[in-house]
Amino acid sequence: MGSTISRRKFLTDAAIGAVAVSFLPSFLKFNPTDAYAGLRNAGSIKEYYERFNVTDEMLAKVISEAMAKGGDYCDLFFQHTISNYVILEDNQVNRAYSNVDFGVGIRVLKGDQTGYSFAEDITLANMQNAARTAANIASSGKLILPVNIKEKKTRNIYPIEIPWDKISITDKIPLMTEMNDKIFSLDNRVIKVVVSCADDSNYILAVNSEGAAVCDFQPIGRISATCTAESGGKKESNSSNVAARKGFELFSKENINFISNDAVNKTMILFDAVKPDAGEMEVVLAAGDSGILLHEAIGHGMEADFNRKKESIYSAMINKYVAKEFVNIVDDALYPDLQGSINIDDECNDSQKTYLVENGVLTSYMHDKISAKHYNLNPTGNGRRQSFRHIPLPRMRNTYMTNGPHKKEEIIASVKNGIYCENFTNGQVLIGPGDFTFYVKNGYLIEDGKLTKPIKDVNIIGNGPQMLKDITMVADDFAMAKGGWNCGKGGQSVPVSMGLPTVKVSKITVGGMKK
Amino acid sequence: MKIKNLKNTAEWAVEYALKSGASEAAANTSSVKSLNITLLNDGIEKLQESNQNSLNLDLYCNNKYSSHSTNDLREDSMKKFIEEAVKMTSYLAKDEARALPEKKFYPDAGVLGQNLDLNDASFASIDFKDKLGLIKKIYETIKGKSDRLINVTSFYNDSMSKGVRVHSNGFNGEIERTSFSAYANVSVNDPNGGKPSGGEGCSARYMSGLLSPDEVAKGALERALGKIGQKKIDSGVYKMLVENRVGGSPVSTLLRALGGRTLQQKNSYLEGMLGKKIASEKLTVTDNPFLKRGLASRHFDAEGLAARKMELITDGVLNAYYIDYYYGKKLNMVPFTGNPSNILYNYGDKSLKDMVKIIDKGIMVTDFIGGNFNSTTGDYSNGIAGFYIENGEIKFPVNEMNISGNAKDLWANLLEIGSDPYLYSSNQTPSFLFDKIDFSGK
Repeated sequence: MGSTISRRKFLTDAAIGAVAVSFLPSFLKFNPTDAYAGLRNAGSIKEYYERFNVTDEMLAKVISEAMAKGGDYCDLFFQHTISNYVILEDNQVNRAYSNVDFGVGIRVLKGDQTGYSFAEDITLANMQNAARTAANIASSGKLILPVNIKEKKTRNIYPIEIPWDKISITDKIPLMTEMNDKIFSLDNRVIKVVVSCADDSNYILAVNSEGAAVCDFQPIGRISATCTAESGGKKESNSSNVAARKGFELFSKENINFISNDAVNKTMILFDAVKPDAGEMEVVLAAGDSGILLHEAIGHGMEADFNRKKESIYSAMINKYVAKEFVNIVDDALYPDLQGSINIDDECNDSQKTYLVENGVLTSYMHDKISAKHYNLNPTGNGRRQSFRHIPLPRMRNTYMTNGPHKKEEIIASVKNGIYCENFTNGQVLIGPGDFTFYVKNGYLIEDGKLTKPIKDVNIIGNGPQMLKDITMVADDFAMAKGGWNCGKGGQSVPVSMGLPTVKVSKITVGGMKK
Repeated sequence: MKIKNLKNTAEWAVEYALKSGASEAAANTSSVKSLNITLLNDGIEKLQESNQNSLNLDLYCNNKYSSHSTNDLREDSMKKFIEEAVKMTSYLAKDEARALPEKKFYPDAGVLGQNLDLNDASFASIDFKDKLGLIKKIYETIKGKSDRLINVTSFYNDSMSKGVRVHSNGFNGEIERTSFSAYANVSVNDPNGGKPSGGEGCSARYMSGLLSPDEVAKGALERALGKIGQKKIDSGVYKMLVENRVGGSPVSTLLRALGGRTLQQKNSYLEGMLGKKIASEKLTVTDNPFLKRGLASRHFDAEGLAARKMELITDGVLNAYYIDYYYGKKLNMVPFTGNPSNILYNYGDKSLKDMVKIIDKGIMVTDFIGGNFNSTTGDYSNGIAGFYIENGEIKFPVNEMNISGNAKDLWANLLEIGSDPYLYSSNQTPSFLFDKIDFSGK
């Protein structure tokens, strides 16, 4: 508890999550399996009203109830999520998990205060009850005119081909088995393999007291493999995964090959890996996964709630130079198909591409409704929540740095003594001091401008604003991370993505061994 | 939901699963009522009240296994949910180790009769104003105490949860428990730049088990102000004193390697160490599910296995792994439990302050930040913050440093174990003093 406020955990989806099996339901009586095909690529709100068994009239009544004690604003967030998680272990697909989540969260705002409640059994009476509870954040009575609800259309940046809830576990089993066999065939030192496939079909409907109603279908798929190997009496293990807002098409031959090879290569290299020296040194971050650097070093500190409260190290830095002119950092909801992509945020605000740093200058925080009002700005579409049980908070989406003027080769060649970091398994930041860390699972030593011995299992710690100043080179090879990340804040977890071109930081503390 | 309804639902779900074709089934129904208040200084930032219900169902169809959960408890919905789940379980591979536990592993009347005292009977009658008053007092105590103060955020949470577990081969059990917590986070301005924060909090089964608002306020403010002027020092090998409330981080390098799945999947650096020395003789660790008012006390675990008290490590020697029923069968080992309960230690006779006095050159760690641990090899690396100690005295706060090493060496180098269990966690770690830790800084 508690420490969730000052510390953010940032864990890769190691597949322990929960849930599985799309063979599951069609268990809601108003949810015939075929009724929703049109929704996924269109914006029809009617089917969502049917799914949640609501009408405009009911919604208006609930909104009136929620606003009756003088709230400034309220929203209703309906969610129906069907999640599946299938596991292959010891050469067999021998377990499957599923979870169904269904309900509505009701939020009332009064200034920057929030009243919140939710109902799992969606009836008018239950919703009105929850609305009365949430309304208690305000205490003056006033007459509320019924709101006129109108659909707000959204774009679709993650069209999918094969919805997860249209396929059976029998479609997944042969592909998972193929991946298992492939991993064993790649190297005879492999002794154990775990393959997992997790998917969410997430239907949301949000309605607010301004009369906006939006719906969205937010799918997610995550395929992963963990490989354990034994060599010369030593054991090592590592994993690889791909994650995206895609349907079953994510389980392509290309991805099976990528994950299999990646898991095996990342495991075998550990047998030869060493620990670097301890202390401050030059650090080169490889393109792709290393976007974790931005997520921790600047991303969380730029979430507007921490700045509105003046608790972030970045709270007095807007419009100031924080990095060299070739540094541009964005938080982009509109990048197609990524885990952090959203057509609309969870407060009915349009999503967008937001520049956090433009040509080295700190330009914008990431806002939710409360902070946008506080700063008298338009929301940036960063209001996100884990589920209908949680209030929206300013959260990242897909955070990345755009290309710079240098070449990867010249960056590596410029380092006399340092490390090259390739992939990561954890990260965290302290918002106030700006101290951030990330854990390097694989990388290399750089000696006299060349990649030499592999390294493993070292933590890196630095200070956010100082690290931004110390970015001395940015290459032109931008890539997004392929794997999935879940970001934790205030006890809530949301899927995000991140990316980076090859970047050199002139000095960070590396957790090696003192020679 | 009332216990009786939870029980009816669980029994019905098991029966319906069998009727739908499952050979065995276990259902767990639960309901949780909770309140959550957040204050920013003296104003309410968030007020949340909720009731949640859920059904979890484990299905066994001739040694094929799957597990399902839903919060849609309408009968028609549950029927379809169960029918589909049973039908599709048949597509999974047969796994001989998959079955409900044999009856002999379920708790007997002696275990079920133990009074764990987890339920504060006054829960329903505590006034909202008293709950709000408790955390308002935290702010009032801190207000005006320092001109460096930015904000005080304080939290109050309580919940009452009820659960019923029913197995088709003759086990059923119930649990009712309350929990309360209060916490404050204070953020302050550091004149050298940065806005460090510090927190203090507590959790308990009874409201009367919480720290007083004064204690929370004082602790949080001291911790925040103590971080002003943090700096990193030269990399080197130092003694490490770990404060009791963050002791869970080093202990996780033991616990994460003791799980049945970790062993069976060859991902444990502690494989084959039963009966052997894995730590200095100062370390004796007990898993005790019967602790009165314990935050992880129970009569049975998530598989229905009877609670047992177990000395996991005696004078540094490993006695037991966390083996659940399924992996026990796979590993041909007697099951104990797959999930730790309350973890207690044979505490020493030195307080944190006493241990500071015996350190010539070292770092007291008050916060672990990020990092990770490789259970296959035992390698760990974490960020830290805390205080530099020289000649038995705390000198100044440190931050932006890492520790790195291997868990085998870490535990072999345990010098002292404190007299100070941290009572607000199920893992009641004392302060630990370790020798020869690699710190990286400047």
